Amino acid sequence: MVKDKITIINLNFWYGKKLVLKNINFSIPAKMITAIMGPSGCGKSTLLRCLNRMNDLIDGARLTGKVIIDGQDIYARSVDVYELRKKVGMVFQKPNPFPKSIFENVAYGLKIHGLRDKNMLYTKVEQALRDAHLYDEVKERLHGPALELSGGQQQRLCIARAIAVKPDILLFDEPCASLDPIATAKIEKLLEVLKKDYTIVIVTHNLQQAARVADYTAFLMLGELVEFGPTDRIFKSPRDQRTENYLTGRIG
Amino acid sequence: MRRVLEFLWLSLIVLCIVTTLGCLLFLIVYIIVNGAEVMSISFLIESPRADMTRGGIFPALVGSFLLASGAVLFALPLGVLSAVYLVEYAGDRRMVRIIRTGVNTLSGVPSVVFGLFGLAVFVKLFGLGVSVLSGSLTLGVLILPTIIRVSEEAIRAVPADFREASFALGADRLTTIKNVVLPTALPGILTGVILGIGRAAGETAPIIFTAATFYRRGLPRSFLDEVMALPYHIYALMTEGTKPEYQIPIAYGTALVLLLLVLAINFGAIMIRFRGRRKKRW
Repeated sequence: MVKDKITIINLNFWYGKKLVLKNINFSIPAKMITAIMGPSGCGKSTLLRCLNRMNDLIDGARLTGKVIIDGQDIYARSVDVYELRKKVGMVFQKPNPFPKSIFENVAYGLKIHGLRDKNMLYTKVEQALRDAHLYDEVKERLHGPALELSGGQQQRLCIARAIAVKPDILLFDEPCASLDPIATAKIEKLLEVLKKDYTIVIVTHNLQQAARVADYTAFLMLGELVEFGPTDRIFKSPRDQRTENYLTGRIG
Repeated sequence: MRRVLEFLWLSLIVLCIVTTLGCLLFLIVYIIVNGAEVMSISFLIESPRADMTRGGIFPALVGSFLLASGAVLFALPLGVLSAVYLVEYAGDRRMVRIIRTGVNTLSGVPSVVFGLFGLAVFVKLFGLGVSVLSGSLTLGVLILPTIIRVSEEAIRAVPADFREASFALGADRLTTIKNVVLPTALPGILTGVILGIGRAAGETAPIIFTAATFYRRGLPRSFLDEVMALPYHIYALMTEGTKPEYQIPIAYGTALVLLLLVLAINFGAIMIRFRGRRKKRW
């Protein structure tokens, strides 16, 4: 039986006066990979950013509806948004390590949440780097600058940074958009491993990527959720004409 | 005809650049030639003697150092925090644009006006008297716009990606600014600080009424004492000296020291900016 981790109910989202997400309803299953796909500008990233309230930071952003994680509406007044973001980690489209050392990048989240003990920090940083399949490549230069790593390594470092604080959920916003095929393959392999421990939501406009990695797929167009279901089913027998058109390359 | 015009035009712009560089070069060479005769180690480490006709400029050197450091001590926190507010908190409202224009206008105000302001506010109103403290505060206000503007640029140049990465890990604004934004902007901010020091060390008008004295025996004993300062020392020697045949060379020597000091400080700023740019990869 599939257990739901995130439930989105009647979600509407505006930038200023522009309605970007229209009445979205679906549930994201726990410890699986859910892809959100759709043409550029359909609101995929906006939807993803509703899940850790990153949109709060944007002037003129407004939202109605509910996003329920583990039974709690994350937009309720009582919710501590900083704790929420610790629980819902995020990896961005462009690798964005801090201009600090590799070690300091991974330790950052731990430190801001109050971990001071040097040995504990080291153990956790090492574990996160191992879990992100990066440790062996960087163990000789943990205190070297993160910005000297390759793009793919930087992205895995960002994954290590995100998982170091032990989130439940990991959000990926087109994580491979700026990477070459080899680096992309490494990230996709990593996603397969990570889903044992984390609920993963990945935004992609790459159909093959959704087909390769996702257990469930949501198809978004012009701010509407067109279709949601198991990836196999969506790809083999789409129920909506628009999904079929997109999959066969007639739109998007 | 066209080629003649072309030639004339080219000659004109070459003449312009030659004139510009020529003036600058002449200034530097003139100061060096006239100042070199009194220059020596003892000129830097001795006090003036015999009615300012002999000895060195040590108290003025120390005074300028105190005034410039005091100015930075005051203007740095104020300026950087103002810049943080303008970039990170204020958004792009009308009010903010007005504040920014105000700050930029402030940097165009003649420095003697700052001197009068310092006299009215720090010396009289706050009762600090003519002192290192009054002078430092006045110079601090003078360099504040520079520090704000440079810091603002440096903070604005920190990519939004870094802030987002920090927020996404559950950091609040203050943590993000302290741990990510300011360290990343630091080289840029330092450039502003150094330019500020250079400006503060070289200004005369703001300290005439607020801090400087023609001559005092020894160094100031507290921040409420008057001080000697390099630019004022030059001014005083040239206008109030009674034995110009001895004092004018000393004034040139002082000018040379001041010139080298300011050049060295600006060179430091260039080096920091250069290193920051080379390291930058985002």
